[in-house]
Amino acid sequence: MNDSQSLLPPNRKVATALAPLQLSGEHHLCPGCGHPVAWRLLLEAISELHLENKAIGVVGHGCYTNIVQLADIDFLQCLHGRAPAVATGVKRVHPDAAVFTLQGDGDVASEGLAEILHTAARGERITAIMLNNGVFGDTGGQMTAASVVGQRTKTSLDGREPEAHGYPVPVADLIASLPGAAYVARGAVHNAGSIAKTKRYVKKAFEIAAQGDGFTFVEVLTMCPTGWFLPTADGPDYLEGTFEKTFPLGVLKGG
Amino acid sequence: MAARLLQGSDAVAQAAIAAGCRFFSGYPMLPFTDLLESMARRMAAAGGVCMNAETEIEAVNMTLGAAAAGARSATGSCGQGIALMQEAIAEAALNEVPFVVFNMARGQQDYFQATRGGGWGDYRTICLAPKDVVEAVEHTQLLFHLADQYRSPVMMYGDYLISHTYMSVEVDPIDFGPLPPKDWALDGSRGGTGRSRQIWTWAMGKANDPGPGPDLHWQRIAEKFDGVARLEQRWESKWCDDAETVIVSFGTAAPFVEQVVGELRDDGVRVGTFRPISLWPFPEKPLAEACASASRVLVFEVNAGQMIDDVRLAVAGRAPVTPLGRVSIDFSGMRQGEILTVPWIRDRVRQVIREVTV
Repeated sequence: MNDSQSLLPPNRKVATALAPLQLSGEHHLCPGCGHPVAWRLLLEAISELHLENKAIGVVGHGCYTNIVQLADIDFLQCLHGRAPAVATGVKRVHPDAAVFTLQGDGDVASEGLAEILHTAARGERITAIMLNNGVFGDTGGQMTAASVVGQRTKTSLDGREPEAHGYPVPVADLIASLPGAAYVARGAVHNAGSIAKTKRYVKKAFEIAAQGDGFTFVEVLTMCPTGWFLPTADGPDYLEGTFEKTFPLGVLKGG
Repeated sequence: MAARLLQGSDAVAQAAIAAGCRFFSGYPMLPFTDLLESMARRMAAAGGVCMNAETEIEAVNMTLGAAAAGARSATGSCGQGIALMQEAIAEAALNEVPFVVFNMARGQQDYFQATRGGGWGDYRTICLAPKDVVEAVEHTQLLFHLADQYRSPVMMYGDYLISHTYMSVEVDPIDFGPLPPKDWALDGSRGGTGRSRQIWTWAMGKANDPGPGPDLHWQRIAEKFDGVARLEQRWESKWCDDAETVIVSFGTAAPFVEQVVGELRDDGVRVGTFRPISLWPFPEKPLAEACASASRVLVFEVNAGQMIDDVRLAVAGRAPVTPLGRVSIDFSGMRQGEILTVPWIRDRVRQVIREVTV
């Protein structure tokens, strides 16, 4: 079927255009999920910087893991939380490769906080990307170390309460405090402006890592209406009204 | 190269580098620490990388990454540190990333840990237990070869005696024959060509080139380990042909047992000795054959009884199997346990031969 035969209405055609390096549009993600937008930004950044034949992705465990199948890039899928340590080994063997990690907040803030902080402190010349939706989406909506105060999950039924559950971990802020980190930014994908800014952050991070200046980190706030137990269309507003208050957007360090 | 007097850890480090190891990562823990220190001294001159990792979990995952990128890589630890590494050892077995784990154990109490593992899924780990530093140098190089041959993590079971004893050894590269090319290793070069690579325990493949998926992938790995179990058994036996009593021991305990057995034979006692060199795969049939004429089988190990399970499986009820050793920890600096002496073993063997009448 070519474009002229498309059954999709004209205003949906943009959704049929694959991102560069994307092998297929088939995925298992829920309606309203922010991850595919983040995938697209990542693949566009790699393509525009002409890094496709030197990029190696090191990926954690979560809904985003399927990028391993969908993108035409060398990928190594890792144990939960361990991607930064694995990426360290890859980068030390291939110093000229554009080594990046892709993890969620469960992978980074919960299971793998030691790995991300130590890798940042060593100043490994990699780009670490954390997709933060504040919930274990893949396992059906439990609290992570990045769930925000008041957030309802299957393990914080009345909302995250500091007395019972403590406070969310601001990973990007922790990393920004480390001398080994050259660039730290926090973006989002809930509206056109935030998407454009986040893409600039991701490109900048790859550029600074390639210059050898140190560890680079981009946190991307993404919508998870399924895991937030909200109507699909309410995802962007909830992100802006709650997550953005806890995790303010912008460049935290460098660039 | 002429023989040189080397500390065991330094000999193993030099053997690893001679075998082409160019990435090493570890976290200090005695008696593994000396190997990490030797690697830190020697690796840069060899053009490689040695990382003092922040945790054992990071050490083994760095090694997994370096190995996935195509470098001959190794890590190591002991006891509790190996326990932390089991998650990644199992993962590497199931996503087929080869590297060597130098388990410089505190004595013989980690036989179960080394041969059964504590990771997830259907996997096995080739494990060689050298009896001395000379054999450790050979095993080190053989293990890198076996890892690449079978695309799987492999382990050396060493201890304080391997790590700290000085022996006169030659560390020359050993040629174990050709290996398949590492065309699976990741270097990023094929991105955007439609032929990019992937390492994933689930083996789902790419959208344009689907993989077998976990069911077939893990079944194929299980069949691979069936082959390893048949082909890679290593052992040594002595005086078993006419033996009424066969004594089984492994690693650095075996030379002590061999000394005792030699003395007993001088006294006219019909006793033989058997040493599994590969703890996995356990040389089951060779042990059964060595015990064919024996009316009793004794197992000396410095622990509460671990390898004895494998011995019983091999002997399969044809003769009584009796433990000789026990838990034994000392603080002499070698931590091998006070029972690891020729007089103690000799007295114990004589006592058991008297008690276990057949």
